[in-house]
Amino acid sequence: MNSNLIILPIIIPLITAVLQMFLWFRIREQRWIGLVGHSVSLVFALLMLSHVKDGSILTMQAGNWPAPYGIVFVVDAFSALMVLLTSISGIAVGIYSSIAIKSDRAAFGFFPLLQFLLMGLYGSFIAGDIFNLYVWFEVIIIASFVLITLGGEKAQLAGAMKYVTLNLLASVIFLTGIAVLYGVMGTLNLADLAQKIALSDQQHLINTIAVLFLVAFGIKSAVFPMYFWLPDAYHTPPAAISAIFGGLLTKVGVYAFIRIFSLLFINDTFIQDLLVILAVCTMIVGALGAINARNIRIIFSYLIISHIGYMISGLGVFTVAALAGTLFYLIHDIIVKTNVFLISGLLQKIRGSYHIDKMGGLYNSYPILSLLIALAFLSLVGTPPLSGFWPKVLLVKGAYQAGQYWVVGGILTASFLTLWAIVRIWSKAFWTPASDPDKLPGDIFRRLPFLRRAGLISPIVGLLGISLFLGFAWKPIADFCWMIATQLKDPSLYIQTVLQ
Amino acid sequence: MEILIAICIGLLYAAGIFLILRRSLVRLILGLILLGNGANLLIFLLGRITKGKPPIIPDSAQTIADVYADPIPQALILTAIVISFGLQAFAIILVKRAYREVNTDDLDQMNTHEQ
Amino acid sequence: MNTIILQIASRYTLPLLLLFSVFILLRGHYLPGGGFVGGLVASIALVLHAFANGIKKTRELVKIHPGFLMPVGLSTSLLSGLFPMILGKPFLTGMWYPHSVPVIGSLGTALFFDIGVYLVVVGATLTIIFSIIEAP
Repeated sequence: MNSNLIILPIIIPLITAVLQMFLWFRIREQRWIGLVGHSVSLVFALLMLSHVKDGSILTMQAGNWPAPYGIVFVVDAFSALMVLLTSISGIAVGIYSSIAIKSDRAAFGFFPLLQFLLMGLYGSFIAGDIFNLYVWFEVIIIASFVLITLGGEKAQLAGAMKYVTLNLLASVIFLTGIAVLYGVMGTLNLADLAQKIALSDQQHLINTIAVLFLVAFGIKSAVFPMYFWLPDAYHTPPAAISAIFGGLLTKVGVYAFIRIFSLLFINDTFIQDLLVILAVCTMIVGALGAINARNIRIIFSYLIISHIGYMISGLGVFTVAALAGTLFYLIHDIIVKTNVFLISGLLQKIRGSYHIDKMGGLYNSYPILSLLIALAFLSLVGTPPLSGFWPKVLLVKGAYQAGQYWVVGGILTASFLTLWAIVRIWSKAFWTPASDPDKLPGDIFRRLPFLRRAGLISPIVGLLGISLFLGFAWKPIADFCWMIATQLKDPSLYIQTVLQ
Repeated sequence: MEILIAICIGLLYAAGIFLILRRSLVRLILGLILLGNGANLLIFLLGRITKGKPPIIPDSAQTIADVYADPIPQALILTAIVISFGLQAFAIILVKRAYREVNTDDLDQMNTHEQ
Repeated sequence: MNTIILQIASRYTLPLLLLFSVFILLRGHYLPGGGFVGGLVASIALVLHAFANGIKKTRELVKIHPGFLMPVGLSTSLLSGLFPMILGKPFLTGMWYPHSVPVIGSLGTALFFDIGVYLVVVGATLTIIFSIIEAP
């Protein structure tokens, strides 16, 4: 079925960005156009999900060139889900940033760049062609390069340098993988590749390509030996930017991992074992980094790494239960990580610092807000019945049934360490009274007019509401993830629909 | 011809990796550029080097009778060149900004330590 | 660079190179060329002018801010892709005016897409190079 609906997630941010670029010097109008663009994207993402939620697959051949020769865009339930999550995260960050981003940063084009970033994200979720995926990755990294350096403070430049270098390196490795893949298989369409790789007898070459992709996606999603850039880069830009980075950018890497490996490379025990080992290391190392850090955003950055490990472990185990756990965790993680980075920005506005030793006494100053934040933190940890709990149950169950006890141990240990890190933030920043109350810098947040305060808090409350909903309505969501996992495990419908 | 290009690719990759292992920012950028060029040549080589016409079917025929060159590697390389053009221009501006800010070309001195 | 040779040369090469860039843009459908290369040639022409006469003169010559070309070009390309969608065909489908037009050759959505690319390339390249030149 050929449907122009699925190209809309790319077109809408593009139109929004072009309009914003026409109004380059009128920041006020840019903010409003941005909000409208985010909302329209959200509506279409919902519409798209409603079309594919029963497991059907939509395709669209750009330029009417039939697959596998032309560029094809494919939306199955997994893609539609990712597009929806991106648009939710996008609208939250859009609302937050339209208040928190100052005019000097906005003058360098923050709002159009945010739209370009989202366009790249949507594009990589609906690409049905591995080179197209590469191109969308590049769109993402170009937009993110400019976003991460916007403002240009010294620490920001140092972080950005690492981010830029490693991402450029990852793209080169990705491109090398594509080159070898094209040389061996003679096609770039994912469905066509899946068919040809299954019939191929050159397993050693395919494993080499798989490892090239593993390194490329591993750098992007900060998997174990390749994660060092992330904490350095994510704690320097403004909170709105690090929220969209923390929530979504590493998850594109995870998406690419799940899509490419489940479709092309997973039928080999070597790759599966490698993924499991890397995943367990990632979980533990990330969590250890988190309990060692004092800057709240560095803690969250390490927790991103740790939780990437959970998702990769589900892919490595590769049973339906574990994959469903991975997908559920992906949903939970995008919502919650975006939220905790927004919260860190809010705390910075209140206490003037990201350092937990310099906060203190937040519970006394803002009791209700603190309880809301506590809920967000607890769902990050995964306390039942909040949203972080159910995916871990699925993951542990899947890993246990598959006999991967290392994964079970890793998940439990990393969860415990996550709890430790979060409890430390809570006790230092919220319960311990401020060491020197007179010396606290001014509370910017309290002095803001009511509407602006509401604008800063509403995305946090909204995301919290979604994560509570995920926790309490876990059954239908787990079923949905189960359905997607079954599709990923048996991609014959995907291949058939694309190539028909 | 293939052997020659293969050796070229190997040299480009080796030189690129050598340069990005240096501490100097400028060499880092140069190394990334070399790596990108190596990858482009690799696509070119693995897309089979054939001497042929562009694969355009004339109005009078149904299929191409002659030997034709695969257009996909060329499209891929062109896209990759365009992308790396943008990225490298940005990286050079970034290096320049960073140099002005910290007054050094040495990556080790750019580190900021914060826990 | 204040050499009189380059200044005089740039006065003659600028229109020639700009014309050449349009030629490359138009021949790009079946032959090597196209919006990207044409745009690069056009920006090289302007950069050469900037080297010879100073950036201020070039800015006066171009009149509009080069960054403004980017949204113009993007919207041209986007509209050429959206046009087939209105007629119920997939995004970016190439649609052609059935009769040949003098000078341009065949007229279709792909040409407008290329014109958009041309403008974006000119805008982006000039923005990048001008900001490198002007940065202290």
